[in-house]
Amino acid sequence: MQMPTPDQGIVARKDHIVARLEAVLPRGAVVHDPIQTRAYECDALTAYKCPPLCAVLPASTDEVAAVMRICHEEGVPVVPRGAGTSLAGGALPTADSVILGVARLNDVLETDYDNRFIQVQSGRTNLSVTGAVEEDGFFYAPDPSSQLACAIAGNIAMNSGGAHCLKYGVTTNNLLGVTMVMADGEVVQIGGAYLDAGGLDLLGLICGSEGQLGIVTEATLRILAKPEGARPVLVGFDSNEVAGHCVSDIIKSGILPVAIEFMDRPCIRATEAFAGAGYPDCEALLIIEVEGSDAEIDDQLARIVEIAKRHNPVEVRESNSAEESAAIWLGRKSAFGAMGQINDYMCLDGTIPVNELPLVLRRISEMSKDYGLDVGNVFHAGDGNMHPLILFDANKPGDLEKCEALGADILTLCVEVGGCLTGEHGVGVEKRDLMAKQYGPEDLDIQMAVKDVFDPKWLLNPAKVFPLEASEGRRG
Amino acid sequence: MTKLIPQSEQELADLVRAADGPVRIVGGGTRSAEQLAGRQELSTTSLSGITLYEPGALTLVAQAGTPVGEIEAVLRAENQMLAFEPYDLSDVTRVKGASTIGGVVATNASGARRVQAGAARDFLLGVRFVDGQGQVLKNGGRVMKNVTGYDLVKLMAGSWGTLGVLSEVSLKVLPMPEHVMTVGIVGLSDENAVAAMSAALGSPFDVTGAVHAPACIEEEPFTMVRIEGFENSVRYRAEKLKDLLGRFGEVITSENAEGWKVMRDMVTFSQSARGPGGAFWQLSLKPSDAAPIMAGISDQFDVQFCYDWGGGRVWVWAGEDVDQEALHGALQDNAARVGGHATLIHSETALAVPKFQPLSPALSRLTQGLRQKFDPRGILNPGLME
Repeated sequence: MQMPTPDQGIVARKDHIVARLEAVLPRGAVVHDPIQTRAYECDALTAYKCPPLCAVLPASTDEVAAVMRICHEEGVPVVPRGAGTSLAGGALPTADSVILGVARLNDVLETDYDNRFIQVQSGRTNLSVTGAVEEDGFFYAPDPSSQLACAIAGNIAMNSGGAHCLKYGVTTNNLLGVTMVMADGEVVQIGGAYLDAGGLDLLGLICGSEGQLGIVTEATLRILAKPEGARPVLVGFDSNEVAGHCVSDIIKSGILPVAIEFMDRPCIRATEAFAGAGYPDCEALLIIEVEGSDAEIDDQLARIVEIAKRHNPVEVRESNSAEESAAIWLGRKSAFGAMGQINDYMCLDGTIPVNELPLVLRRISEMSKDYGLDVGNVFHAGDGNMHPLILFDANKPGDLEKCEALGADILTLCVEVGGCLTGEHGVGVEKRDLMAKQYGPEDLDIQMAVKDVFDPKWLLNPAKVFPLEASEGRRG
Repeated sequence: MTKLIPQSEQELADLVRAADGPVRIVGGGTRSAEQLAGRQELSTTSLSGITLYEPGALTLVAQAGTPVGEIEAVLRAENQMLAFEPYDLSDVTRVKGASTIGGVVATNASGARRVQAGAARDFLLGVRFVDGQGQVLKNGGRVMKNVTGYDLVKLMAGSWGTLGVLSEVSLKVLPMPEHVMTVGIVGLSDENAVAAMSAALGSPFDVTGAVHAPACIEEEPFTMVRIEGFENSVRYRAEKLKDLLGRFGEVITSENAEGWKVMRDMVTFSQSARGPGGAFWQLSLKPSDAAPIMAGISDQFDVQFCYDWGGGRVWVWAGEDVDQEALHGALQDNAARVGGHATLIHSETALAVPKFQPLSPALSRLTQGLRQKFDPRGILNPGLME
């Protein structure tokens, strides 16, 4: 992974820059001791590491603005960081950059049930947004797997999804407004507690821009009434292909499940060994969850089971209670942990048209054999968002490179069948150099031109999203 | 002046590149753009046809000039729909023509289901477009989840052609509901109607529409809440909502869904208030702000209006005898005061007003900066969003 050469002039001015930042922030909000800055050397993509120049932890929009003004004057790159759960290296620092962490921005600013929104500071964790409203019967819908830890700021930066976005959409569909600090420290408001922000859809542009257009400090989010109940059914199949067809048939039928999750044999085996969820021994299984009253759930599950039975399932397990639901979800929820027990893994995030699932799963299994690396698949099948997990041994020379090459081949396949490189994790550094597979030079150029408008000096998260050679002339 | 009617995306690009002055982009010609009168017209009507339709993947790709009616017919055959319910305002605007999918996307035109399912921008998966220099560009794709690079798809939706001429759009579609029911209350004040709609939308019963026709357009004001899905489920939820809303007044239920189309296309306005010289606005507000604002507006102006999105959207109509420029100013001032925006959607006489809600200096600068990048010569629908 190539990163830009750090600006030695900035590194040499570290003491001066730290002193300026300390002058505008409370005690303890500037982390510059080389031992402590190592806490910020990577995010959840741990293969790449680099301690930053320093890290700052502002607690208000004003403090963020003060930091940005200083960094702008000093020409110092700023890498925004939510909770550091990015799987794409979205928060990977460079040695000449300041990490701007939003962890101290975690207040709820306003809750309004009549108008169905909550306004929070952006460092608040995803799950604690729901936590603030669930006693009153509401929830915040996007639910990335990391929701216990991940911050709303990171969700907005990556336009995060989750298992339930088949019904409720991803972050951009649930975001009403932001307060954002621009690269030069100016504070802007986009949207608010009303639908469609007005003017050009800058809100839609900000969401998913990977922290490259501004630092979101506050967010107005749509909240929804909690459904009366939810229950899953687990269906096992003796081939991936058949499971893929079943997904397509369910989607066509008019049922709108909140989630359709897919696991293949390597994942089923690993989770059984790890969590003992009692899954059937089969090639592929689907977990399909529906919501509503008890009677509504029974009705929808019956329709799903009827469709599934046309595909000769090896097992159908309908949940009839909260305990049975938990048992069905147990394996799925521990899948990543289980794979991590076996070996190091790289988690891909390509998305494909749902009807291409059988073909893509077959090709992945062939490629896995060719490379001699195991691949497990556990993903959101309802919207075609694949998560192939490539197992490798980080201590074995050449294995990481082999894994990266296989990953690139799989993502290229996703693009070839009409899909994309990343459905919910973001490009970060991980998929940066594959962008040309999906976009032509002009398509990338217009995106970079957008960054030119918001951040003319390219100080915000500069080495992400775009291939380095494409952004070279702009990064100064 | 002759109309430019490109027959292909490449020809569209060539024509834009060769254009030596501003062009007015026209799809079905159903949306007025009187400030662009006299400009060279660039029509997308020949860029027509559905390129790809995968019912099993819930995706449809169409050229921008494809009539919405054609798309809806193809979807209906597979029991699917455009869930954001694009509206057809030709009854109000008295402009005859067939809306195109490009026009719907470019104006982010969404109906009642926006409160539950989302707007046009939420169903737009990918775009191909020609920028102001005649470059063919693409963004997004045809899959449900896509965070590969910046989301220019959202930016293009609702940009009214000012950043590029759409040539192709890909959309997420949804299954058509098996059954529809309406839960209604007659005679509510605007304030109570918004409160009732908020109660319904804040319930777990998955309401897919909430509109209120006040006394200014109906002798007997009525409030409607919609539920959709499988029949048993719809009946169950209708009963639940009947109980929930009982405290606001007598609740009736109906299986007739026709009223939703009438409200979507504002046929009510066209029947009761149609006449030459009218003007028509859309307000987007926090629902609880809507009734107080409209009470103040109707004290000062002879207007007609109705509420959609549970009060989050207000459609306002004024005839030629009203000081439309003063009304426009009052609507935008109110929206600015509480947070929200007011947009002049249609007027039969040119009004000397900013059609769109004026932006803060910072957002205005960003907007101008983006236009400069996408259309450096300023030739695509110039001034249309100001």
